[in-house]
Amino acid sequence: MSQATQGAGRARWFGRTWLIAVFVFLYVPIITLVVYSFNDSRLSTVWAGFTFKWYVDALHDRELINGLILSLKIAFMSATLSVIFGSFTAFALVRYGRFKGRGLMHSLVNAPLVMPDVIIGISLLLIVVAVQRMLGTPIRGMGTILLGHALIGTAFATVVITARLREIDHRLEEAAMDLGCKPFQVFVLVTLPLMASALLSAFLLTFTLSFDDVVVAAFLSGPGSTTLPLVIFSRARLGLDPSINAVATLIIVVVSIGVVLFSLHQLRAERRRERALNSIQAQQKPH
Amino acid sequence: MQLTPLKARLRRFFTPRTVVIGVPMLWLIALAALPLLLILQISFAHMQITSVSSLWQWANDELTLKFNFGNYLYLGDDPLYFAAYLSSLKYAALTTLYCLILGFPFAYFISRAPVHLRAVLLMLVMLPFWTSFLLRIYAWKALLADNGVINNSLIGLGVIATPIHMMHTSFSLTIGMVYAYLPFMVLPLYATLVKLDGRLLEASADLGASPFKTFWLVTVPLSKRGIIAGSMLVFIPAFGEYVIPELLGGPTTLMIARVLWDEFFSNNDWPMASAVAVVMILLILIPMAVFNRYNENTKS
Repeated sequence: MSQATQGAGRARWFGRTWLIAVFVFLYVPIITLVVYSFNDSRLSTVWAGFTFKWYVDALHDRELINGLILSLKIAFMSATLSVIFGSFTAFALVRYGRFKGRGLMHSLVNAPLVMPDVIIGISLLLIVVAVQRMLGTPIRGMGTILLGHALIGTAFATVVITARLREIDHRLEEAAMDLGCKPFQVFVLVTLPLMASALLSAFLLTFTLSFDDVVVAAFLSGPGSTTLPLVIFSRARLGLDPSINAVATLIIVVVSIGVVLFSLHQLRAERRRERALNSIQAQQKPH
Repeated sequence: MQLTPLKARLRRFFTPRTVVIGVPMLWLIALAALPLLLILQISFAHMQITSVSSLWQWANDELTLKFNFGNYLYLGDDPLYFAAYLSSLKYAALTTLYCLILGFPFAYFISRAPVHLRAVLLMLVMLPFWTSFLLRIYAWKALLADNGVINNSLIGLGVIATPIHMMHTSFSLTIGMVYAYLPFMVLPLYATLVKLDGRLLEASADLGASPFKTFWLVTVPLSKRGIIAGSMLVFIPAFGEYVIPELLGGPTTLMIARVLWDEFFSNNDWPMASAVAVVMILLILIPMAVFNRYNENTKS
């Protein structure tokens, strides 16, 4: 064997080991969560046989179930609001060029991306309290948590939608306009379908961000509005609780299936787009 | 068309353009600009039993402005705050460094994997990111506890006799932060490394450079953009992280977000908490400004 191939072999071996080691690091905690959700012992750390009892416990745990329902509700509404406001912001930034206040809008929409959650939480809480003193509403609860999540979501949705909007070929919209479409028709019939996958990505991302958030919700929640992460966080602070493992496992299963399906869908859409492009290019070739 | 003047004026004002710009503008001003201005204002107030003092007063035709600089002076006086800011910067820097050390070769090897495998590997990197961050941090508690999975396994294997104390130390905090932020480092690194022209590396090897030299003189400079973007994505959120130090950190691992939280919830001192927040924002804006300047320089 020559020295070069020996070196290449060693490099490949090193590469594989590194990849596997980091993936082990990324997945061991997740696997532990799943394994110990079936562990028949209150001490999450000793293996004492297989059981489903933590799943039964979790299903009868009103606090967990109510938290889950509330979190799903907030995440759905927050993702919807985020996609709507994110689309508006992205359109303003990409399509309306240099308007007065563009710089301000740009910084404001980026602010939640860099601000720590504690600062977003505290600043929104202070304004909610100030408005409440003046007008008597809003009361802290689901609505205020939703506002906080929708603000963060708007920032992330704007990033995703802006990226897609920049890629869209302007000529397609111009063609529709030339063929007699009104601006609104162009938007619904041409622009919206072209943005569909970005809107879906933005929705899923902002849904996840809301469903995961502890800190902003901790500042903005009121009595009776305890989201699932807040329940988990307060129990995790005290120690280990096997029913959390059961909930975690269910979430992991649902999310993994969702991510795999979504990736497959994206991959197929990309291939289709490539094939379509190739066939167009083939047709355009001079004979 | 017959329109009343008011209607006509409204019609002229509410064009698609003003609506598309105005709607998100109002939303962002209400939820992003005003709250931050309010924090700034309250940081100059002082606490009165259940509310904060007003900065201005109108009495006998006289406007009095009362700015309380006490909160900021106290920030400088009490060594706790300084230590907490410093410690947050330290943990954020360490997290960034470890993510880079772990993530750079990782992203590099993914970018050199066969094309069909790359998509799968990337999905595997993203998958933990989509599953609850909080639960993944919680999982480390079971791994690192004195009678946790790691200690039990090591004792079972006969490597150690008594458990190593890992929970609530700077070790558990750092490992949790690196774990949570690693994907944010890997993705931008991958994005630049995948565009790297393999022929440049071959040329370097042909000209006699050792693999290490090629890596240091060709690969690293060409992936500078990814390194900087990844470092920003890790450093900034790590600096203000609250959940990980709360769950995995201990009494010795001071982080500024926890100080702010306690100031607000335990001490109920809103002006002090606001002052802590304002200084945090300033500390974040500095690396942001450097990053933006770098970006503009490379663009032009």
